[in-house]
Amino acid sequence: MLDDFMWRAALAGLGVGLAAAPLGCFVVWRRMAYFGDATAHAAILGVALALLWNISIFAGVMGVALLMALCVSTLSGKGYAMDTLLGVMAHSALAIGLVAVSFVSGVRIDLHAYLFGDILAVGKTDLIVIWSGAFLVISLMLWRWQALLTTTLNEELAYASHIDPRREQLVLTLALAIVVAVALKVVGALLIAALLIIPAATARPFSRTPEQMALIAAFIAMVATTGGLRAAYLFDTPTGPTIVSLAAVFFVISTLASQGFQRLARQR
Amino acid sequence: MFSRLSATDPALLATKQLTVRFGQQPVLDNINLALRPGRIVTLIGPNGSGKSTLVKTLIGAIKPSAGRIIRSPDLSVGYVPQRLHIDPTFPMTVRRFINLPKRHASHEIGEALEQAGAEHLLNAAMNHLSGGQLQRVLLARALLSRPTLLLLDEATQGLDHRGVAEFYQRIEQIRQRSQCAVLMVSHDLHVVMRAADHVICLNGHICCEGQPEKVASSPQYHAIFGDQTASTLAFYRHHHAHHDDEALRHAG
Repeated sequence: MLDDFMWRAALAGLGVGLAAAPLGCFVVWRRMAYFGDATAHAAILGVALALLWNISIFAGVMGVALLMALCVSTLSGKGYAMDTLLGVMAHSALAIGLVAVSFVSGVRIDLHAYLFGDILAVGKTDLIVIWSGAFLVISLMLWRWQALLTTTLNEELAYASHIDPRREQLVLTLALAIVVAVALKVVGALLIAALLIIPAATARPFSRTPEQMALIAAFIAMVATTGGLRAAYLFDTPTGPTIVSLAAVFFVISTLASQGFQRLARQR
Repeated sequence: MFSRLSATDPALLATKQLTVRFGQQPVLDNINLALRPGRIVTLIGPNGSGKSTLVKTLIGAIKPSAGRIIRSPDLSVGYVPQRLHIDPTFPMTVRRFINLPKRHASHEIGEALEQAGAEHLLNAAMNHLSGGQLQRVLLARALLSRPTLLLLDEATQGLDHRGVAEFYQRIEQIRQRSQCAVLMVSHDLHVVMRAADHVICLNGHICCEGQPEKVASSPQYHAIFGDQTASTLAFYRHHHAHHDDEALRHAG
């Protein structure tokens, strides 16, 4: 089964969706959308450095994403104008990464694959890396779940319960770097943030608790990745963008449906 | 028999020469206070006097620049924040909320909600609660940690006079039942005067403290609250006179 590239691609998509969606819920709840963007865009710089130093792409991306995420979360504590700062960092990270890649001579690299993903080229080693990353992210989230929720609600409530919000922020930062590193191959640096945010936003109208939202988001993300893969095969479209487009369609349906329900409820 | 605290100081939580600075700016200067079981201490002071900073320092959210905070081994803090904004994207029911960060047995939850007057709210969404309902849910959540110290930061903000009176009555019942220490931050001077055992008037430093009557008649207190005091006391007296009238009418 693993010898078939479509199966490998589907398994890669499932793993990434499963890890990205619950983390994406925190990105939405804590209003960290730009934070996700900045970290994901830094991945390109990680690719350049990995090629330059001849280390694994995964390690390079993971390292740079982690540095970027730490940098952003430290600055956010210092009370800078975050919106502008994150905008600057998100786009400069991408631009500097692209410039750095052009310096890497001698290697012919498919930049397109890193920007938009190359899920059909996922190999067996990639699968192991993706599922190990997904397992690590999910374990981290399960381990810190109650503390993460408390911190997200209110930092003072967390302190009063002997939870250090800075530590929980660090857990999310680490999880984000891992997700960026494993999702790069699947949807590419430009669309990782979409895979974090769209399933979570789609799940919101149908959730009454954080757990419901995380589970529904994970389900939607997995349907979007496998469904997008199938659609890309049928219509011969680029896979990463097709996955995100399908997720966007789900979001529109979810939003319209929930508004329709509300209107019905009001009429009764 | 012997705890780490001396017999003369059986405080659950005490501060010694506590000082907090934000950069160069001193916010709290040389604060000494002790919170003891079964006693209600109220913190009053004008805006920017450091009331919230003091509460945040006591729960550990702000590090003191100098001085010490002494916590008894028996200390368990139930904290009710000034306000709680929940992002609309964050789905949260009352049941889920009060099980954070620790999960509790359902009979404990029922008991806490009843004590806080929020038993009918168990399945409500947090975003749909009114200000008063939210206050009661926050109180129930604080009670679930079986606190030996209740910390209430402007808990009555946004409540009407009746709501405020009910809230203080509830705190009084909880104090009698559990013998916990209570620290309240408040703007409601007229209610404070009745509900507290000890009043601390804060303005960066402790400018006066003592029994409510003593503080109300101290010159430092008047210097800070100025005209507000006169009207508050007038209101307080009027309020009481009003009640007396009603009592008379009912009697007659």
